[in-house]
Amino acid sequence: MFGAGGGTSSYREAEETDLIILWGSNARETHPIFFHHLLRGVRNGARLIAVDPRRTGSGEWADLWLGLDVGSDISLANAMAREIIHEGLANQEFIGRATSGYEDYARCVEAYPLERAERETGVPGEAIKEVAHAYGRADRGMICWTLGITEHHNATDNVLALINLALLTGKVGRYGCGLNPLRGQNNVQGGGDMGAIPARLPGFQDLQDPAIHQKFSSAWGGAKFPDKKGYHLSEMFEAMEHGELKSAYIVGENPARSEADQTRAVRLLSGLDHLVVQDIFLTQTAELAHIVLPAAAGWAESEGTVTNSERRVQRVRRALQPPAGARDDIEIISELARRLGSDWGRPSAEAVWDECRSLSPMHAGMAYRRLDELGGIQWPCYDEDHPGTLFLHERLWQDPVEGPRAPFHAVEHDPPVDQLTEEFPIRLTTGRRLDSFNTGVQTGGYTSPLRTREALLISPADGASLGVLDGERVRASSRRGSVEVPVRFDASLRPGLAFMTLHFPDQVSTNILTIDATDPKSGTAEFKASAIRIDKLVTAGA
Amino acid sequence: MNEVFVGLPKRMVKISVDGTDVQVPEGTTILEACRRLQIDTPTLCQLETLTPVNVCRVCVVEVEGSRVLVPACSRKVEPEMKVLTDSERVRHSRRLVLELLASSVDMALCAQQVHGWMARYGAKPERFGAAATVAQPVKIDNDLYVRDYSRCILCYKCVEACGVDAQNTFAIGVAGRGFDAHISTEFTVELPDSACVYCGNCIGVCPTGALMFKSEYDMRQAGTWDESQQKVTETVCPYCGVGCMLELHVQDNSIVKVTSPLDHSVTAGHLCVKGRFGFQFVQQRSRETKG
Repeated sequence: MFGAGGGTSSYREAEETDLIILWGSNARETHPIFFHHLLRGVRNGARLIAVDPRRTGSGEWADLWLGLDVGSDISLANAMAREIIHEGLANQEFIGRATSGYEDYARCVEAYPLERAERETGVPGEAIKEVAHAYGRADRGMICWTLGITEHHNATDNVLALINLALLTGKVGRYGCGLNPLRGQNNVQGGGDMGAIPARLPGFQDLQDPAIHQKFSSAWGGAKFPDKKGYHLSEMFEAMEHGELKSAYIVGENPARSEADQTRAVRLLSGLDHLVVQDIFLTQTAELAHIVLPAAAGWAESEGTVTNSERRVQRVRRALQPPAGARDDIEIISELARRLGSDWGRPSAEAVWDECRSLSPMHAGMAYRRLDELGGIQWPCYDEDHPGTLFLHERLWQDPVEGPRAPFHAVEHDPPVDQLTEEFPIRLTTGRRLDSFNTGVQTGGYTSPLRTREALLISPADGASLGVLDGERVRASSRRGSVEVPVRFDASLRPGLAFMTLHFPDQVSTNILTIDATDPKSGTAEFKASAIRIDKLVTAGA
Repeated sequence: MNEVFVGLPKRMVKISVDGTDVQVPEGTTILEACRRLQIDTPTLCQLETLTPVNVCRVCVVEVEGSRVLVPACSRKVEPEMKVLTDSERVRHSRRLVLELLASSVDMALCAQQVHGWMARYGAKPERFGAAATVAQPVKIDNDLYVRDYSRCILCYKCVEACGVDAQNTFAIGVAGRGFDAHISTEFTVELPDSACVYCGNCIGVCPTGALMFKSEYDMRQAGTWDESQQKVTETVCPYCGVGCMLELHVQDNSIVKVTSPLDHSVTAGHLCVKGRFGFQFVQQRSRETKG
């Protein structure tokens, strides 16, 4: 946000805020320990608003649940903004001092009266108004989101719509306020921090800035490396499609199962000239590979650091000896470098980290010793006397504001790509369950008493109108493919909305149904919005 | 370097404990004041992360002017309070509490510290007759953990961790009254039929081993559980992005138990089902296809 890609707040702020909007997130199941902090906030008197097409376990704790239609978040956010402006709740002093682009934004949201939002989102105008007023009036207010915001073809716009709300009401850069993407994997944040995004070097430094490029190049003994923006995952698949990208080195990712439109993903991966997969398991992606490099598990068999959703860098440590033949990631990469003619020796994780600290100012003060002493440190941490940073963007409250102003971005409602039609009348959305994780590679390893087989969850009303029974196997089809799956009635779903997970690809390949329409800026696919139809299976002899 | 409102400044309160003066901030408990003076005070139902429930009474101290002994874990200090932690009355009460508990339930698996207190106060549970009067079969109704209520001292910690102090799932509560009081799921259903979400936070706070990982229970039954051979390593959970710190208890290159440090700012010692139990995959790395 505003140049630094990380959640602005600390978890403890959720305990001491006045209002929490959980937007497109079922944190109760997907981020249970963050939800403990949030519940402490609720116990301390905070209001909780859940914005989610499903009335999830998180929504059950909310004072108000806005059950919007999938993919109508911008319409809702813009209507809230219009309501806040009209009610005189916009923080004009903050807007004038610390932001830019307000006029364009105000003009844009003016076109979103409650009636329009009600039509586009399915949420009653009165409820939108109530939430807008509550957020506008709260002294402290936080917005937290998960993939319900980002797994859309307009993911970046969705996030911008939420950022706009915080800027409009001055709810960022202060304790108990903020904008928080809850990260889905233990080092999504750290991967981005370390430059595993197309245009950044470690510490979010701009790859294309000549001075930055020079700094890294001289630290690496004058090494030459590209200075143009790379591809994100979805662009890589497009480049495979065009025949431009012919080989890939995949570390710790299972795109043959996790990518939307799985049939296409497998076809493209199989068509590569050379595929190397480095993983702790022989995943489906590894099965397609020419070379598999067995790796040690990062969290239990290696040393290193990961960064969580409150920007806290913490150490992971080796507790187990890896199985024979599996090697530490650093060792594999160093060995690869040696064979490519560059001897890096065998650096320890700490030595690699110290090199990172010498090049990334926001990590500079995070010596291993300090990470141990302080139970992790939240970036930025500029030197070894710096305590780390509880929340970001405090500078926006300085007068005059230090550094650039935070920009509003006028964004427009843009419904999901996979449109509902008579042929495909049901909206399928996807998500996680409490006891399972992504494609189930890890969680498949333990027996959970909570686990039930993969099913297509639908509302009991849809079940009745389709004439199917709870538990009956049906055929679910999208414009891309179809799967057989048992239905399960679920009261958290409204008519017209269905839900599946990606946890059990051996039972049901949900990603045969999902669409690979992706956000051009972030590259995330629209896993949250497919159009499907549900057909009864033709019984034998019928 | 952020500006954070940390509350109004607190007045310092001066009290004396066993004749030694100590100054602590207003709102401090007698227990915290004792700990500041490094006076080892026995506790069973108390935990920093849970609301005091005052049920075990093993931490009682004598306060001048108070008719009855007071629980140190919840009683706040007051100016000029005079506290005695080692008077004959306190020693007698602590000894009796430990004897009554240990004569009715099996406390063999309590921390060494608890056995140390028993020795210090000369507790002789056997003088109340045969131990384990609440003996009953171990409840094994799922693959993740077992409940052995013959070890339960009714400290309420599990109920609190399952309830408002952490998990807010409310799968268990205290049922019955008097000697019949016991920890129970709703209508005494088996765990898989209850609201339980298997976070294991009840195991995390249990002081007696009444609640235990199935893996630990099985190893104890097989005689292979050996804490002297276990090494504890701190790392970060491999699942979602919350960043919970795990303590992996490893024996023979195998994870046998997972806990989280009480003082970690992210978890306060609490985990979810994935963090607590979802570790097996790392030690089941056969050559077969996964995923």
